[in-house]
Amino acid sequence: MLTKTPLLNETDISASTGGERMSRADKEFKIVVRNLSFYYGKIQALKDVSLDIQANKVTAIIGPSGCGKSTFIRILNRMNDIIPGVRVEGKVMIDSQNIYDGNVGAVEIRRRVGMVFQKSNPFPKSIFENVAYGLRISGLIKKSSDLGERVRRALVDAVLWDEVKDRLNASAFKLSGGQQQRLCIARALVIEPEVILFDEPCSALDPTSTAKVEELIQNLKDKYTIVIVTHNMQQAARVSDYTAFLMLGELIEFNKTNKMFTTPSEKVTEDYITGRFG
Amino acid sequence: MISAHINEKIAKLVLWISSLTILAILLAIIGFVVMRSIGIINLEFIFSMPRAGGREGGILSMIIGTLCLIAISTTVASPIGIGGGIYLTEYAGEHPLSKIITFGAEWLAGVPSIIFGLFGFAFFVVFLGWGFSILSGGMVLACMILNETIRTTQESIKAVPASYREASYALGATKWQTVSRVVLKSAAPGILTGIILGIGRAAGETAAIMLTVGSFMALPTSLFSSVRPMSLHLYLLAIAEVHPGAIARAFGTATLLVLMVLIVNLSVHTIMRRYTRALR
Amino acid sequence: MLKEWIIEKSLIVAAMVSFVIIAFIIMIVFRAGVPLIAEVGVGNFLFGMDWRPEREIFGIFPMIIGTLLVALFSMLISVPLGILTAIFLAEVAPEIMRNILRPAIELLAGIPSVVYGFVGLMVLVPFIRTHLGPPGFSILAGSIVLAIMALPTIITISEDAIKAVPKSYKEASFAVGATHWQTIKNIILPAARSGILAGVVLGSGRAIGETMAAIMVLGNLPVIPTSVLGPIRTLTANVAMEMAYAPHGPHRQALFATGVVLFIVVSILVVISNRLRRGQ
Ligand SMILES: Nc1ncnc2c1ncn2[C@@H]1O[C@H](COP(=O)(O)OP(=O)(O)OP(=O)(O)O)[C@@H](O)[C@H]1O
Ligand SMILES: [Mg+2]
Repeated sequence: MLTKTPLLNETDISASTGGERMSRADKEFKIVVRNLSFYYGKIQALKDVSLDIQANKVTAIIGPSGCGKSTFIRILNRMNDIIPGVRVEGKVMIDSQNIYDGNVGAVEIRRRVGMVFQKSNPFPKSIFENVAYGLRISGLIKKSSDLGERVRRALVDAVLWDEVKDRLNASAFKLSGGQQQRLCIARALVIEPEVILFDEPCSALDPTSTAKVEELIQNLKDKYTIVIVTHNMQQAARVSDYTAFLMLGELIEFNKTNKMFTTPSEKVTEDYITGRFG
Repeated sequence: MISAHINEKIAKLVLWISSLTILAILLAIIGFVVMRSIGIINLEFIFSMPRAGGREGGILSMIIGTLCLIAISTTVASPIGIGGGIYLTEYAGEHPLSKIITFGAEWLAGVPSIIFGLFGFAFFVVFLGWGFSILSGGMVLACMILNETIRTTQESIKAVPASYREASYALGATKWQTVSRVVLKSAAPGILTGIILGIGRAAGETAAIMLTVGSFMALPTSLFSSVRPMSLHLYLLAIAEVHPGAIARAFGTATLLVLMVLIVNLSVHTIMRRYTRALR
Repeated sequence: MLKEWIIEKSLIVAAMVSFVIIAFIIMIVFRAGVPLIAEVGVGNFLFGMDWRPEREIFGIFPMIIGTLLVALFSMLISVPLGILTAIFLAEVAPEIMRNILRPAIELLAGIPSVVYGFVGLMVLVPFIRTHLGPPGFSILAGSIVLAIMALPTIITISEDAIKAVPKSYKEASFAVGATHWQTIKNIILPAARSGILAGVVLGSGRAIGETMAAIMVLGNLPVIPTSVLGPIRTLTANVAMEMAYAPHGPHRQALFATGVVLFIVVSILVVISNRLRRGQ
């Protein structure tokens, strides 16, 4: 699935990352964003953002509230299409295909790019049906034994299986907050997307549940490309390989996480990371 | 996946078709009634008295009858409904009484109009001895539109920002001063729409009044006169033996009733549009 | 402060009025009707096959069946049409269609029932008589008219229920690659189920309680129908048709008793609808 985009060359990368040069070897970009601007009606929420997201790595998006983090990741699976009156400019390439091309369907993109939301949002259905939903609507799985197996695997991958295997038919609302969030992760995993987006997945969770989800994200990156929005600097530092810092809709800095958190190249980044504002 | 996309297309097509069907039904009904009344509706129809049992002449006394019923029912229902609405939103709070009252109002809204008719007949016409009269009919209609007035009053008062009240209290105003001068003032347009909707309902109601106003075709002389309001007139013409004059006049009456509803809805919309803009 | 106290107390009184009216209706209608039911026997009254007031035989079973059949058939038409339109309004309609449909539905709700009955009498009844067979006054005609009349209730309540479904469900469904229709069918409608059901229940209550349209197109024959093209008489029609000829005595009591049955049925539906809506 991974292909190199013809668009990319050394200068492109340095322009977009604005910092450290990457070697050719690890230049396997899953998502390439170019000159992305986004408008809610007349309000511009993103301004000319360009960045490259590597396959099988965790990329964190940080920035003060209202800077456009959610807007940004919802662009990556065309979730913003639901909102009336929005406009996208620029390119978002996944495997060198612009997902905003006229002939690309939002539904197909969302099957390839899964999403986990800030507030866990299980359906008012059983645990099993929550996970099975994505498979059922895809119409690909015909045999119910296959369905059961895929659901089990997703729950195992989301480290929830042991806790729910005896009550798959119970309502999802019976689960604790942390379990519900992992259920939502399982629901995203089951259709085997290529990318998973997390929008502040832990902001409503207690520390123990947060630790579990973070560990889970680490394990998932073997199989998936991961983009995570977080408010929490420590979390970004713990889970991510790359970090993008957004402010007022602009990409201020994009860099390897350890670099960003030790020697940021921009003064504002440093101010934000050290908690001087935000 | 292909089939999901086709399903999506089909489903949306069906949704469009059913909505357009409803529009078509509405247009067909109004169009039919209006087209068939073109020859009959003119100033003479509106301003002359019926003759030959309504088969000839106009419907002046029916229009007057309807207006009398509207006047009585809104005069009685408005103060009570507005007062009730004020109590429920501004005074009752979490009082258990308010739950009972709200449920009572909802229940009242579901009671079929013929039951109101039975009640009005037994109570106003017979028990109070008001006979078949404008007063009996108007009171029954007042009972029927009360719920609408309460509901719209509640909704309009709830829409008044809390900051308005706080500002008034901060100036040392009492509760009633605040309610009457600040809250009611900004809720007034909303409450007015409730009254107008009540007028529309009173004008069109038939079943409840056929048991309470009689069907006398002369002009009323007092509150205790029997009248034949437009809606009842339409019914009586329609079920009488087929007579071209009667049918033409039935269509004319129906058109005027529809026109009344149209005016009611239009004024409600106009008021609401101004009102929501003013609140912003 | 005395003034404030007086005002508050009068507001309470105003708020109580709707409840008082309900209590009065129950008291008066039941007092006039229940003794006859007791005398005839509940079973004989409800399940008696003959309605012959001149011989003091009062059985309303054919009218109960007639009422329920017409309500059922009208729901078969208006429930699918109404729910589809509600989905269209809440989920699919472009702004401009919404701005056309909403006022259209309000207009549909505002048109007096006597006008619906009149149009049914002028259009549907003759059409059915000539194309499908006499007499034209039929369950079919009544069902179509009552279906149209119940549409606004079903659409408005269902639309509210659909809009009340948390947006997060919809987003979660889209995020796993569901199409809009799959999301509506599998997530939104199940979540809005009880609210939609409330609309349907209230809509059937309206159909059961409707009088004018029913008497004008249903033929008013108190028999158990054998075909949808046959005439029937509803409970409401029974009261409305005969009150004029039954000034007193057991006949009048029997009409009040019919009202009692109607009142109980409709009240049960109001309570169910209320529960369902709160359950959501
Ligand atoms: N549906 C919308 N319509 C109009 N403006 C919106 C909408 N959603 C977001 N915005 C605006 O776009 C900007 C970016 O919002 P966004 O939700 O992307 O920020 P965020 O970085 O995710 O913030 P937070 O940390 O609070 O979640 C904000 O100014 C916000 O007010
Ligand atoms: Mg956000």
